[in-house]
Amino acid sequence: MFIDPHAHMISRTTDDYEAMAKAGVVAVIEPAFWIGQARTNVGSYKDYLSHILGFERFRAGQFGVRHYCCIGLNSKEANNEELAEAVMEILPGFATKEGVVAIGEIGYDEQTALEDKYFRLQLDLARELDLPVMIHTPHRDKKRGASRSMDVILEHKVDPSRVVIDHVNEETIEEVKDRGFWAAFSIYPHSKMTAERMAALVKTYGAERLIADSACDWGVSDPLSVPKTAKLMTDSGISAEDVRLVTYANALAVYGKSGQMSEDDWLSPQPIDQRTLYQGNTVLRGGQTPRVAQSGSETE
Amino acid sequence: MTTSLSSTAKADTSMQLLKAWLAPRLTPDAAAWLDSQIAAIASGEKPMQLAIAVGLAPRKVGKVDLALTAEEVDAGRAARADIDATGWSVDQAARILLVLASHRGDDDRFVTALDRILATAEIGEQIALLRGLPLYPAPERIVHRAAEGVRSAMQPIFEAVAHRNPYPREQFSEAQWNQMVVKTLFIESRLWPIQGLDARRNPDLARMLIDYAAERRAAGRSISPELWRCVAPFAGEAEVATLADRLRSGTEAERAGAALALKDCSLPSARAALATAPDLAEAVDAGRLSWNQIA
Repeated sequence: MFIDPHAHMISRTTDDYEAMAKAGVVAVIEPAFWIGQARTNVGSYKDYLSHILGFERFRAGQFGVRHYCCIGLNSKEANNEELAEAVMEILPGFATKEGVVAIGEIGYDEQTALEDKYFRLQLDLARELDLPVMIHTPHRDKKRGASRSMDVILEHKVDPSRVVIDHVNEETIEEVKDRGFWAAFSIYPHSKMTAERMAALVKTYGAERLIADSACDWGVSDPLSVPKTAKLMTDSGISAEDVRLVTYANALAVYGKSGQMSEDDWLSPQPIDQRTLYQGNTVLRGGQTPRVAQSGSETE
Repeated sequence: MTTSLSSTAKADTSMQLLKAWLAPRLTPDAAAWLDSQIAAIASGEKPMQLAIAVGLAPRKVGKVDLALTAEEVDAGRAARADIDATGWSVDQAARILLVLASHRGDDDRFVTALDRILATAEIGEQIALLRGLPLYPAPERIVHRAAEGVRSAMQPIFEAVAHRNPYPREQFSEAQWNQMVVKTLFIESRLWPIQGLDARRNPDLARMLIDYAAERRAAGRSISPELWRCVAPFAGEAEVATLADRLRSGTEAERAGAALALKDCSLPSARAALATAPDLAEAVDAGRLSWNQIA
């Protein structure tokens, strides 16, 4: 069993869901982010959040994959002040919905004053709602941006054991681990991190508080990154227990602190969920045809 | 728009019923939380209160099946004709109760609250709030919400309106009703849990279903035996011939469906066809075979 704790499934196809379920991915976490281009008004942001909490969760369930969300205002769109103000108003109503496991992904992009302002406001919101946090670290000026993110998180009295710093690499891992945060690695083919480098990091630093994810989205990315990384780690001699921690158990431990995600969700779902929202994992339950595939073409 | 006394009474009756159903299933903490939220929503002080309470409901009251006793089912039907809470969970009943708390004797306020909350509801919230349709006051003013649920691409949301729910039969126009029934077959859901299926049969629906059956046949796809239930009273010789064929050489379910449909059809040829399968004809006559059994 695997968990992919960072996957923008809204951009992925049904083939991806089928392949993920077949490879043993039992749950995904979809962090709210931009969608490749900036939204221009709060209405489209609202619909986006409703979409990842609604139709996307339903779609995942049809393939036997449990779907969770992080809710937040991303750093890129935080630079549109009018939009950002309006989004901040609607966030609490979304963040308290079922299946929301964190505030995220939030943090810095260009490290502007507006990004800083809304990052801080959302850290306060996470503390108030007692939710974990997923941090996006910037692509440019990453090391300083990551360091600054952690300073601000601690300044706002958010417990690092409830915060995942994502898109970590060799340059940032030590500080993230030393300061008590969880370190997530986006195994993303042409940038960020590769499975080989990930395996080397697990060998150097151990599996504690390390998390692999795919960050699959609308770019060239691989929704099977987590199971592939697990295989590569196993082949390179990393213990089964450490592989389990990095590709399953650590993500469950930190995002489970929300109270909104537990192993029972996929191993023994509530009858009400079993009837309506979740068709059961084909790997776990053996050979069920997903409901979308057999029903009419209403989905188009 | 004025709010009639009967509308307020309906909201109260619904709330009393849900409270009675929930009471033996809630811990003291959960019950206290629910009471405090109802009071806060009714006070109308914080506009976000309803959305947050509806969002938090499952983690506060739990998600186990409501699983009503026979007495509780009877009490439900006495309070609201044809209410069917089969398959409801505790959190769903609580969510319906919370949205009802926003009525406070004012239909406008209720309709606005329901619109606002459904606009941003996640999938579980939508299912719960649509299952609550028969319990809401001002039913004629929320038809658009029910119709929106029927348009959903998410089958459990569609079924929250269509199945085990007296609301569509009571409020949908013929066009809305027909869309719902045809879509039920189109998404390969089941017809039999729809309330009022026989009472609301109509010639236009029968025509749409006959066309749909022809389309399925042309595509080499099977046709649900349930389809003929809404066609039967309006069937012509061509449909009777199809049913006679299914009765002869169909699957067990198709044969049963054909027998039930032929029984409902007044053409002499239908009676003759049914006579060729005396075992099924007898089971239909004796009430041992019904539409609920073939699905």
